[in-house]
Amino acid sequence: MSRAALLVLADGRFPAGGHAHSGGAEAAVHAGRITGAASLEDFCRGRLHTTGLVSAALAASAALGVDPAALDAAADARTPSPALRAAARKLGRQLLRAARATWPGVELDALARRFPKGAHQPVVLGVAARAAGLGPQDAAHCALYESVGGPATATVRLLGLDPFDATAVLARLAPEADRVAEAAVRAAHRVAEEGADALPAASAPLLELLAEAHAARTGRLFAS
Amino acid sequence: MHRDHIDPHPGPAVLGADARRPDGTRRALRIGLGGPVGSGKTATVAALCRALRDEVSLAVVTNDIYTREDAEYLLREAVLPPERITAVETGACPHTAIRDDISANLEAVEDLEDSVGPLDLVLVESGGDNLTATFSKGLVDAQIFVIDVAGGDDVPRKGGPGVTTADLLVVNKTDLAPYTGSDLGRMAADAKAQRAGLPVVFQSLREDEGVAAVTSWVRQRLAAWAA
Amino acid sequence: MNTAGVRAEAEIRARADGRGGTALPVLESRGPLALRRTRGSGAAAHVTLVGAMSGPHGGDHFTVRADVGPDARLRVGSAAATLALPGQHGGQARQDVRITVAAGGELHWLPEPLISVTGSELAVHTHVDLAPGARLVLREELVLGRTGEDPGRLTSRLTVRVDGRPVLDQELDCGPGAGGGWDGPAVLGGHRAVGQLVVCDPEFTEKPVEPGVPADGLAVLPLTGPAVLVGAVAADALELRGLLNRAPAFFTPGSPASA
Repeated sequence: MSRAALLVLADGRFPAGGHAHSGGAEAAVHAGRITGAASLEDFCRGRLHTTGLVSAALAASAALGVDPAALDAAADARTPSPALRAAARKLGRQLLRAARATWPGVELDALARRFPKGAHQPVVLGVAARAAGLGPQDAAHCALYESVGGPATATVRLLGLDPFDATAVLARLAPEADRVAEAAVRAAHRVAEEGADALPAASAPLLELLAEAHAARTGRLFAS
Repeated sequence: MHRDHIDPHPGPAVLGADARRPDGTRRALRIGLGGPVGSGKTATVAALCRALRDEVSLAVVTNDIYTREDAEYLLREAVLPPERITAVETGACPHTAIRDDISANLEAVEDLEDSVGPLDLVLVESGGDNLTATFSKGLVDAQIFVIDVAGGDDVPRKGGPGVTTADLLVVNKTDLAPYTGSDLGRMAADAKAQRAGLPVVFQSLREDEGVAAVTSWVRQRLAAWAA
Repeated sequence: MNTAGVRAEAEIRARADGRGGTALPVLESRGPLALRRTRGSGAAAHVTLVGAMSGPHGGDHFTVRADVGPDARLRVGSAAATLALPGQHGGQARQDVRITVAAGGELHWLPEPLISVTGSELAVHTHVDLAPGARLVLREELVLGRTGEDPGRLTSRLTVRVDGRPVLDQELDCGPGAGGGWDGPAVLGGHRAVGQLVVCDPEFTEKPVEPGVPADGLAVLPLTGPAVLVGAVAADALELRGLLNRAPAFFTPGSPASA
């Protein structure tokens, strides 16, 4: 694996559209559920163990070469909110564009043909990791970092939270993210053996509810 | 500006600035409009739509800071059918969406070409931003920077990437000059000095001439693109 | 009590009787689970699950199977809430529910809430396999602790397939030892009751349901396939039932989905 390629893929400046999404943070701020660094940390910790774990396992499975269509269907079943499914596909399409330009290859082209309007972002992330010469662990770490990095950045913009505090939240969560990444990679190896049913299905009821409320509201800064 | 090279990675979709669509046809010319908040970008887009909608097939992508304000204005004014107007959400950072990470805008442009195309022209309007906000060449083929008289007659002198490098600089609301004490002559001289021969248009959308000069510049661009 | 825990099984098979009604050729239960045919109304057979004891203790393993044949109609409820209780010697309890519905069959699966008692540890997995053209209304209500009590560990997974394709696969993990942040602002945020209605109806293919948030804590979520999830979070079981009952009228558990 190339550590440098991992940094390129994980960089928040990688031009794949993530800057317009808050990972549910805007809706949580609006609902008064995130009010500062402590509640941001709790929010991000919850994301790590639910949508973060599922995304990381999807990405790691795709990085192992599991059929993206089966993973995409499994991602749909694990994302009851239509607003979140739409956001995941939109981000997947944008990531696919950036990844194809960055690491051209037949697998990414095939994915774009199969999903012209976008596959779930973590599935694309895993295939992109493969194209970049990265492995399942790298893909899992990228997915987990994105699952908390987006909300942290968004909260800085939404609440005027001290950016040092937001970054410290991410640093404090790092050991937990490492453990979730290991679990995701273990699951991915089972998926490669047994199929997509072996993916974790950890859910976060409030994220689903908040996402639908957010999609229905006018006057928002972030797309999701 | 034209990028008629062979796509080195033939695939199902065009990646960015490639001038041809996957089926080999030439895509629409994309013109970006940027500039500070309140300088009249949306009003200029609306006027351009009215002036050009009967002669070319066009669509608009807006990048609002806060949801769909500009798209809603264009819809209210009925300058184009609603299916020809798309709003992109920018996560509080319009300059990111038009310059650093253009993926959502590219997607919006492509979706418009797929749903209402073929198109001759797509206008991509930035949300109001600061003087450094410019469009990526991966997103637009030409860009217009709109400032206004009321924002201070020293803006052209101050320069910045928008003022100095935009393909067309529009100084809007000239009808307000007497009220704001702005020196149009000085603005013209400063702009000329900053822009190394690039064109500048002074306009007032409240006067008969209106958006005519900008429209004629867009027509020239369209002719060059189709050539 | 058996330190190894109790194994209990219950099985229902519902078949169209050819005269517009539904017969129950199999209605079997072993161990502390008991099934009673209560009454039939119209074409549907009604069955009530009666827990002879209060619910699964640590170490117990309960399995419930329901199979609804073509054109048969079955409604299953329970007599009272299920309490997940600690075992004498600790350990996790398991409860598996396996549901299959054939084309033209219809199942209303409407048990009373499952209450996770302090110190208990229960993993529930509900598998639903629907043939194309099958109908389902399934309610699940989870309550974290009796009044004023901390919850035990509760893991509940619900997997729904239509024609073999996954339509819904969700697992909620809460209580001591669950993944971090389970009670935080992304997951439960202090709510002590969480529930869902899953409604599958082939008519959704023709008449898609619009997503929405009809009340605070309640969301209507159309799934990928002929199915809708109505999800709710609430302070307690009563408020939760009230929210789920506010789901659009045609989802209401009491009325046939195909009304």
